[in-house]
Amino acid sequence: MDMDWMNAPHSMGTTIIGVTYNGGVVLGADSRTSTGMYVANRASDKITQLTDNVYLCRSGSAADSQVVSDYVRYFLHQHIIQLGQPATVKVTANLIRLLSYNNKNTLETGLIVGGWDKYEGGSIYGVPLGGTMLQLPFAIGGSGSSYLYGFLDQAWKEGMSKDEAEALVVKSVSLAIARDGASGGVVRTVVINSEGVTRNFYPGDKLPLWHEELPLRNSLLEEASSEAEPMHP
Amino acid sequence: MLAAAQKDEKKDQALKNHVGHPQTGRDCPFTLLNSPISHTQYPYVTGTSVLGIKYKDGVLLASDMGGSYGSTLRYKSVQRLKPIGKHTLLGAGGEISDFQEIVRYLDELILYDNMWDDGNSLGPKEVHNYLNRLMYNRRNKFNPLWNTLVLGGVKNGQKYLGTVNMIGVHYEENHVATGFGNHLARPIFRDEWHEDMTFEEGVKLLEKCMLVLLYRDRSAVNKLQIAKITEEGATISEPYAIKTHWELEAFKNPATGAVGSW
Repeated sequence: MDMDWMNAPHSMGTTIIGVTYNGGVVLGADSRTSTGMYVANRASDKITQLTDNVYLCRSGSAADSQVVSDYVRYFLHQHIIQLGQPATVKVTANLIRLLSYNNKNTLETGLIVGGWDKYEGGSIYGVPLGGTMLQLPFAIGGSGSSYLYGFLDQAWKEGMSKDEAEALVVKSVSLAIARDGASGGVVRTVVINSEGVTRNFYPGDKLPLWHEELPLRNSLLEEASSEAEPMHP
Repeated sequence: MLAAAQKDEKKDQALKNHVGHPQTGRDCPFTLLNSPISHTQYPYVTGTSVLGIKYKDGVLLASDMGGSYGSTLRYKSVQRLKPIGKHTLLGAGGEISDFQEIVRYLDELILYDNMWDDGNSLGPKEVHNYLNRLMYNRRNKFNPLWNTLVLGGVKNGQKYLGTVNMIGVHYEENHVATGFGNHLARPIFRDEWHEDMTFEEGVKLLEKCMLVLLYRDRSAVNKLQIAKITEEGATISEPYAIKTHWELEAFKNPATGAVGSW
């Protein structure tokens, strides 16, 4: 039916990525949330804070990922009070795993946990559908990730600097947005290391252009490039 | 008239036992959509074959390190062989999250066993029995652990190799295989396995089978581990890759006899 998009569940098509570098982690995501074919939110924030030092990239069902992250934030808060020090990334990832695994028949959300703690430094954990938990040097998820397997197999290197890692994240999400209809909008990144957390924002029109994409201009009538005649017979 | 026809269609829908899965479109039991009870399941991240053979000093297990997500080879460094206590090795194919949970259950079992501090320790036979009970009871509740397990161990000079799967089928043998290994490796085992093989002979046999699986199993990845368990204990090798062979004459111009064919 044509009105399917009115009732379709909110799903974050999404591209999410988390990368370790020497000193911390960089998390990245696009900003599109769709209801069927309609873009319900073109500037969503899919990188959610769980604690001061651990963040979560969410993909799949918007509702499921939000409720999982809310529960984990709630449990972690109490855990930190009891522990008397910041939570570790591993404990956070395991809480995410427990919710995903024990509710595997109802939930539809793929998550990437990233953060910094004093024991392990920066670490990234992937928790895909089903509740498997794997610690990885980098992780990708969401529908847009299909387009990144080949790219990252070639481009990811051990021991990158913070700037190299962030550039790689921005490039990756931008490439996925170019090809995945369910990903779009802006690229948000979050850098986490011993010094703290930095959020960055790369608007859609500032991202690099890829194959068959054209430079943006205000209007046909305005001069944009060296072409003199905008209209042809 | 229209309203009545629509109502009938809804009733038909309700009576249908199977519908399209909301995400994949594939066949899905209707009860799974609306019932609060856990029914069956779908595997998401899966491991493929595990092979096991008895040899002179104990048992050898082999598996690759792939975690597939449907048809995507998503994870390539998944540990599918784990030591359990001092006397056993466990290998698993199937859903990785369920295997991770099984390992947690077993680690707890071993911990409680050690806490008795009575000089006794659970051997492979006992662990196999525990796993069988675990898998079978879950199957009876229609909520299986979606795995096929290979369990190998040595205790008091007795070598042990067995398997148990998600429906509770279990047995012991001199050589076992899961998944594709059942079809591709077991015939080779039947031909070439013999009592009291040396370590080198055992590894060569396993590698021969792993190579066939690499050629013929779509979900195989070229990164494998071989694990050994003897009276002394368990060791799991570092991950490594094996050479594949493509230089056969017949591969060079396969369509010469019939242009346009493959």
